[in-house]
Amino acid sequence: MITPEEIKTTLAATLPVSLVETQDLTGGGDHWQLIVVSPAFEGKGLIEQHRLVNEALKEPLADQRIHALSLKTFSPAQWEKFGS
Amino acid sequence: MADEVLSKIDEKIKNNKVMLYMKGTPDFPQCGFSAHTVEILKAYNVPFATEDVLADPVVRDGIKRYSNWPTIPQVYIDGKFVGGCDIMHELHERGELEPLLKSAFGK
Repeated sequence: MITPEEIKTTLAATLPVSLVETQDLTGGGDHWQLIVVSPAFEGKGLIEQHRLVNEALKEPLADQRIHALSLKTFSPAQWEKFGS
Repeated sequence: MADEVLSKIDEKIKNNKVMLYMKGTPDFPQCGFSAHTVEILKAYNVPFATEDVLADPVVRDGIKRYSNWPTIPQVYIDGKFVGGCDIMHELHERGELEPLLKSAFGK
């Protein structure tokens, strides 16, 4: 399991993020839904955006601190249009 | 030899406008994410082909290598990897799936 703070720090270590929202889907601390907004997503398709998040969270995913991850990713412009 | 499976996958993806690799079948999905992905595709009334990765561990592993994507289901439209359940859901909600399908079937 992992804490929201650890998720945010780990992401921010390799990805410029302007917003990260975490939701613990089961209360067990290992099934997470994340909303991530990053300027690095600008001009990229969702596949590429998700790949960037998966890459940034590679370690906690590999060692199973995160067992399941559901992602919603947005560039700042997309967040303006589709967010909230 | 191991990569015979990659050519087999490649062929299916090229021969079907919409190809879904899933767990189970559209009528009997074996995983909630696969079930949801089928529901989304059905909403557009377009034909789609599926393959059950639970029936063949070589395909199950192969499709992950093919796309370099760790999870199943995986949807391919017009020969291109589009995403799994999350991305399909998101594209559906954003209204971006319909133009993708239209352009695939318009050809």
